[in-house]
Amino acid sequence: MLTIKDLHARVEEKTIIKGLNLEIKPGEVHAIMGPNGAGKSTLGYVLSGRDGYEVEQGEVTFNGANLLDMEVEERAQAGLFLAFQYPVEIPGVSNMEFMKESVNAMRKARGEDELSSAEFLKMAKEACKQVNLPLDFLKRGVNEGFSGGEKKRNEIMQLIMLKPKLAILDESDSGLDVDALQVVANGVNSQRDGERSFIVVTHYQRLLDFIEPDYVHILAQGKIVKSGGPELAKEVEASGYAWLGQADEGEKA
Amino acid sequence: MSEQIDQALARKYDAGFVSEIESETFPVGLDEDVIRRLSAIKGEPEWMLEWRLKAYRTWLKLTEPEWAHVDYPKIDYQDISYYSAPKSMKDKPKSLDEVDPELLRTYEKLGIPLHEQEMLAGVAVDAVFDSVSVVTTFREKLEEAGVIFCPISEALHKYPDLVKKYLGTVVPRGDNYFAALNSAVFTDGSFVYIPKGVRCPMELSTYFRINEQNTGQFERTLIVAEEGSYVSYLEGCTAPQRDENQLHAAVVELVALDDAEIKYSTVQNWYPGDENGKGGIYNFVTKRGLCEKNAKISWTQVETGSAVTWKYPSCILKGDNSVGEFYSVALTRGKQQADTGTKMIHLGKNTKSTIISKGISAGYSNNAYRGLVRMGPGAEGARNFTECDSLLIGDKCGAHTFPYIESSNPSAIVEHEATTSKVSDDQLFLCQQRGLDPEKAVSMIVNGFCKEVFRELPMEFAVEAGKLLEISLEGSVG
Repeated sequence: MLTIKDLHARVEEKTIIKGLNLEIKPGEVHAIMGPNGAGKSTLGYVLSGRDGYEVEQGEVTFNGANLLDMEVEERAQAGLFLAFQYPVEIPGVSNMEFMKESVNAMRKARGEDELSSAEFLKMAKEACKQVNLPLDFLKRGVNEGFSGGEKKRNEIMQLIMLKPKLAILDESDSGLDVDALQVVANGVNSQRDGERSFIVVTHYQRLLDFIEPDYVHILAQGKIVKSGGPELAKEVEASGYAWLGQADEGEKA
Repeated sequence: MSEQIDQALARKYDAGFVSEIESETFPVGLDEDVIRRLSAIKGEPEWMLEWRLKAYRTWLKLTEPEWAHVDYPKIDYQDISYYSAPKSMKDKPKSLDEVDPELLRTYEKLGIPLHEQEMLAGVAVDAVFDSVSVVTTFREKLEEAGVIFCPISEALHKYPDLVKKYLGTVVPRGDNYFAALNSAVFTDGSFVYIPKGVRCPMELSTYFRINEQNTGQFERTLIVAEEGSYVSYLEGCTAPQRDENQLHAAVVELVALDDAEIKYSTVQNWYPGDENGKGGIYNFVTKRGLCEKNAKISWTQVETGSAVTWKYPSCILKGDNSVGEFYSVALTRGKQQADTGTKMIHLGKNTKSTIISKGISAGYSNNAYRGLVRMGPGAEGARNFTECDSLLIGDKCGAHTFPYIESSNPSAIVEHEATTSKVSDDQLFLCQQRGLDPEKAVSMIVNGFCKEVFRELPMEFAVEAGKLLEISLEGSVG
């Protein structure tokens, strides 16, 4: 589904990703862990094509297509979804309008008919229920005045509605209490169907207690330095990242 | 929906066509003889001619205002024709069947069919083409309710006393340079009279179209709402795409007597000029309403057109407990310049006003909000709330806010909030990550920004306004 070969990428003048390789097959869940500043968030932005994140070398193929050649919205329409760590507000645009445009843009790209308002509403209500958000969230402005936890759940609601082929969750656990974490994890788990793949980016092991990964990769200084099964996450939990031989500096990527 | 949007994005200023219609147009130039001729053609009463001449003489003594945050070459007022009418209108058509079909086609092209059976039910239209009113629809139905809705030139014949009683009472002849010019040479416009206690049974709408080259459009609208009456009035404007600048200097006067309410909405889409700033309409408009006791006047405007806009729809809150509202969206792009806002003059006790202004600037444009809130000595317990938000798209445009607050009453409360924001990269990225193209994303973000104003518009206009923004934003990303 996704093949990353020798990826190097920079933000402004600084190279953050330095030779990253990763292969993800349909239905797999890959966790990417690592200290702050390792390039975890950068990877999500580079894959989704964000402006200002420049690929210096390497290849990325997504379902046979050259991902790096595509515009941001084309990547999204091809089935790549990014759940944001800090979802931005769009005042005055309701969640409902926003998601209706989004769902229909995806459908249109796939050559499907747009959903009628009634069909859309039904789908939106179900998605709301799954992540435990009251229905009036559909009428509120996108992320407008939402709490941190509500924003994260709203991202998962969008994931449920858009049904991507590959979802990248960028620290979807940060700032959540255990109950909210459980809701987010349940939402994600409900979308694991053996076809859909996930990249779960997280600093801590605890999210992986709820979303069990097939593979765990440790990202440090722009490279995957170690890969393994779920047990690798437990090691990190026990010993931190100090064994990587670098301080966990709290620099934001 | 998104298919319509794609279509909308594919076109530019689609009202920019010219209609091939034979016109009778005055040679350029302005003097007392021109005014006499104009008045004679319209068969006006003697007092009207006198009124015009006085206005003209005042105008000669006034100087063109230069305080606005706009910059345009000096206008040569002797190089403009002050009257143009389609020839076929000379023997006034009695019904729609007698109107020149080319004229009707013009309005159809603009999406304003004048055949009543094809029209949106519940909207009566007065269509003004260059200097004259072409047709007014649904008149009989309105007459049943006692509502008068006709061209002001006709009102001068049929209801001279009413016109004489109110004309110039809210915007005096010599009020300002452009109002004085309008008073001297106004050619047509709408007259509305709502009798006591009547709720006007449908939306009234005037559609202004400038067609002829080198002509100015000087329309005059007068709306009188008697005690306890209600009317909602809509105004739309377009002009052909021409390389020369054209002048539009209108005056609108609203009179809301005790307990009356007037809702006045404008969707202005005059030709804005090309991307280099060539051509376009100079829109210098004076709009003002007078509120008596418990009366309410609400101005809602969506301004997307014109090369230069100079416009401040205002309310004089004379009567106790009267209410004034101003909701505005002004979008500028290319090299457009807008200096727009409002004046809320609080004279009566417990008067209230609300100002919501949304300015959107893209390209190389400049967008200024200029607003005055004045609390007079008698404005005991009066309140004003102003919210003034600017949104910038790109980094070559400008947004400016000039609030003026004058309070002569210590019990009056004035609140002013202002924000400036940009369509952020984060917002754009979120939208694109969810599959929307950047144009669609910007137009959605801008529509969200304008929501508070759009919901004040009557339904059909709100949809229209949203579409208009979408078209106007074309090419403003990237």
